[in-house]
Amino acid sequence: MSESAPNGNRPMVQLIGVHKWFGPFHVLKNIDLQVDKGERIVICGPSGSGKSTMIRCINRLEEHQQGHIIVDGVELTNDLKNIDTVRREVGMVFQHFNLFPHLTVLENCTLAPVWVRGMPKKDADAAAMQYLERVHIPEQANKYPGQLSGGQQQRVAIARSLCMQPNIMLFDEPTSALDPEMISEVLDVMIDLAETGMTMLCVTHEMGFARKVADRVLFMDEGEIIEMNEPEAFFNHPQSERTKLFLSQILSH
Amino acid sequence: MAKSTQLETRRPAAVERPPAVQTGLLGWLHQNLFSSWFNSFLTVVAILFLAKVVPPLVNWFVVNAIWTAADPAACKEASGACWAMIHEKYRLILFGRYPYEQQWRPLLGILVLAAVIGVSCNRNFWKPWLADAWIGGLVVWFVLMWGGVFGLPFVPNNLWGGLPLTLILTVIGLAVAFPVSILLALGRRSQMPVIRVISVGYIELIRGVPLISLLFMASFMLPLFLPTGASIDEVLRAQVAIIMFSAAYLAEAIRGGLQAIPNGQYEAAHALGLTYWQTQRKIILPQAIKIAIPSIVNIFIGLFKDTSLVAIVSLTDLLLSMRQAIADPLWRRFFMEGYIFIALIYFCVCFFMSKYSQYLEAQFDTSRSR
Amino acid sequence: MTAPTASVSPPVKSGGALWRNQLFRSFLYQVTALVILIAAGAYLISNTFANLEERSIRTGFEFLDREAGFRIGESVIPYRAADSYRRAYIVGVLNTLRVSALGIGLATLIGVLVGIARLSPNWLVVKLASVYVEAVRNVPLLLQLFFWYTVITGVLPAVRQALSFKLLPGVFLSKSGLMFPTPVSHPIHPYMAGALGVGIILAGLYTRWAKRQQDSTGQTPQRLLPCIGLFLGPVLLVWLIGGAPMAMDVPTLMRFTYKGGSSITPEFLALLTGLTTYTAAFIAETVRGGIQAVPWGQTEAAAALGLRRGTALRLVILPQALRIIIPPTTSQYLNLTKNSSLAVAIGYPDLVSITNTSLNQTGQAIECISIMMGIYLTISLSISAVMNMYNRYVALVER
Repeated sequence: MSESAPNGNRPMVQLIGVHKWFGPFHVLKNIDLQVDKGERIVICGPSGSGKSTMIRCINRLEEHQQGHIIVDGVELTNDLKNIDTVRREVGMVFQHFNLFPHLTVLENCTLAPVWVRGMPKKDADAAAMQYLERVHIPEQANKYPGQLSGGQQQRVAIARSLCMQPNIMLFDEPTSALDPEMISEVLDVMIDLAETGMTMLCVTHEMGFARKVADRVLFMDEGEIIEMNEPEAFFNHPQSERTKLFLSQILSH
Repeated sequence: MAKSTQLETRRPAAVERPPAVQTGLLGWLHQNLFSSWFNSFLTVVAILFLAKVVPPLVNWFVVNAIWTAADPAACKEASGACWAMIHEKYRLILFGRYPYEQQWRPLLGILVLAAVIGVSCNRNFWKPWLADAWIGGLVVWFVLMWGGVFGLPFVPNNLWGGLPLTLILTVIGLAVAFPVSILLALGRRSQMPVIRVISVGYIELIRGVPLISLLFMASFMLPLFLPTGASIDEVLRAQVAIIMFSAAYLAEAIRGGLQAIPNGQYEAAHALGLTYWQTQRKIILPQAIKIAIPSIVNIFIGLFKDTSLVAIVSLTDLLLSMRQAIADPLWRRFFMEGYIFIALIYFCVCFFMSKYSQYLEAQFDTSRSR
Repeated sequence: MTAPTASVSPPVKSGGALWRNQLFRSFLYQVTALVILIAAGAYLISNTFANLEERSIRTGFEFLDREAGFRIGESVIPYRAADSYRRAYIVGVLNTLRVSALGIGLATLIGVLVGIARLSPNWLVVKLASVYVEAVRNVPLLLQLFFWYTVITGVLPAVRQALSFKLLPGVFLSKSGLMFPTPVSHPIHPYMAGALGVGIILAGLYTRWAKRQQDSTGQTPQRLLPCIGLFLGPVLLVWLIGGAPMAMDVPTLMRFTYKGGSSITPEFLALLTGLTTYTAAFIAETVRGGIQAVPWGQTEAAAALGLRRGTALRLVILPQALRIIIPPTTSQYLNLTKNSSLAVAIGYPDLVSITNTSLNQTGQAIECISIMMGIYLTISLSISAVMNMYNRYVALVER
């Protein structure tokens, strides 16, 4: 269902008229969104606004009931093959890291490349070490997640996703569970990543990061996208009342 | 759809209803019974199984059952359950050989104990006077059961039986074991090697052997430990075994509670100058016991079931009194009804206590999370 | 995860009055405790000797060599009434271990299935499994044993009208227990056993080769089917070489009863059924709890990485779940072994039953009961020691 044209112009992620209900609760209302290759989108909004649900629909951790979600030309349906293809191209970083505690840092990173992409172990190990260096913790490769600090664990989680060489990275409040002094080490890694041209969708409250890196900032409330704009315009000239209220609450710190 | 870098605002979307398959009865059926091919297959198999099993059971239990009859012959002809047997024998099953006219006394005793237990279940009543309520309840119990005062005729131990015996063995077992188990738990965590060895040795010994071996030990060996000529009542022997048994398990439950107390509590107490026993009594133990309460309730449930083992040493608890009741040649063929009757009694007590324990655990979880 | 250390005792103060000195007091307490213990012990022991003397009961363990003089209903090793008490005890221990081992195996199988059923998305399946678990957990085991025993000996038909099953030819169920066919002894059998060992080694080697293949090339060779093939192949081969002997000793109805095949007694059957159904319910709960205790985020992270459900289950969920499941399950195994002591109530000759008979005959209660408790203690402590070692081995490494 992709619209046309040569690859270069095809959007990476398309959400068309997406609705989702949890039981009778309408959690995503008529979401329309298009993300191009290399774009960085930051999504903000009050809790319960559906922002996490929306990005989790993109890699099918949640199912949408109505509308279409198309990731790099592949539509997300109940077809397992499509879901597998999409998950290989989309990486995700969670608020609570979700590292596998019974495996070492290196094994965490090589698990998926070996078992999903069928990479030989040596190659997977080498690639993993490269990514661990990119996130600045190659020396922890043989430690277990329980032995690392929160900031270190989240960086490992980023490396783990990168090892699958995704085209799109999703971040679900990656720094919300971290102590303040560790937030910047993770944000630095994310900024590095943005500068390499990775397509990123990031749910976060870190507005400084949004200003520095985002191409577009989205505000969601009660399941709808209320406002979407370039960072300058978004922060300095918010149009909707709800956006203004949210920004005043969050930027007063 | 052109990519837009301009400002975009949306009008609030109209409230829409989820697809029909999502909601209501159809939605529930779809999600819970027919969500996949395998699930649908399982549902069909389950329904077939129930269709085959449930109607005959209902017929037997209720439809064709005889509820009262003076004569077993009426039951023999019917194809359903013979609840008439229970109607005939229930007092024998419930109270054993306790004198017939005096059976209101154990009944009242059970109600008193049940009331005390019920009161203890309510968190609002976890105050020091609860201990007094327990002591009062137990005194009332013994006065009722033994008699000999207030014009009540005396009834010796060996005539006690059935549900009162099961209940009192459990309750006294836990009540007397409780202070002992606190000492054992503290002893196990003590720095003094002798104390620790004694505590660990006791706990591991008791937990490593079956209850039946303790009952045998109490039955056969306890009389030997007493001075020559002294004798010890059979009920008391079993009671001692049950007390020893529950002390070990309670000690482990309390130890679990003690382990959950952060070091800071000890440090704060010592900084204030409290001695070891003051610290334990006022600061540590109240918290530890509260944490251990769900485990303690589970031990109560287990103990209530385990008292059925005294049937093996010929104490007429609820199980044995039922077996004695159905030994009656007239009603012997209706043994199933007897088993079901007391199974229901055990089930009701244990099931509701376990639901209570789950409720407590949920309460403590939410109250502890900040 | 909190693991606070043991209680901190107040710092040792030196100097000051002797009776306030912490070290001295600790010493005093321990000495007092020992003295009380020894004094109480001495009192009890002296009473005991006096009582034994009075009742003319012998002491000591020589009775173990004496002739037992009682029959035992079933036994793994040959036993006659003229054998010693020691041999009788050994028979009892073997009977206990026999029913416990089988019970543990069956209960684990059923428990795992029911535990998984309780997690099913199918509402009916969950409810049915829950009814089973709640019904069995809240009724005393002894009651259930009596129930099974009465059903087997009361409701099942007499041997001559034994129940048979269309799908299981040669299997007969009656008041006298369960009868089933056994293979007729054939010279090729020992070789088949050897071939089984070879099969295990072959399957192990293949698994190692498959892992090395995956490490070097990234392709995962088929594992399950070839392993099964290698495991069973040599056995089948040897069997064919031996002429494919299929002769079975099938129980056949003679004039009064069945002859041939093998059988298990109604007591064993009742005990096994009761123990299995009871323990399986508890194991089901620990399995369910273990799988639910693995944080949902682990499943999500595995899915987000593209791992398929089966692989994610095997590599991420199960290893974590097993760490949580195995300790309480092992304690259920211990409970099953201890609960097998209820055999005495339905006449299965286990350790407790033998002890009971012995002490009634010899009057030497202390020795008999001590032997019994010693044996149970050894079994419990061994199982606990193994479990502790396993726990330390798989503990998640943390700061």
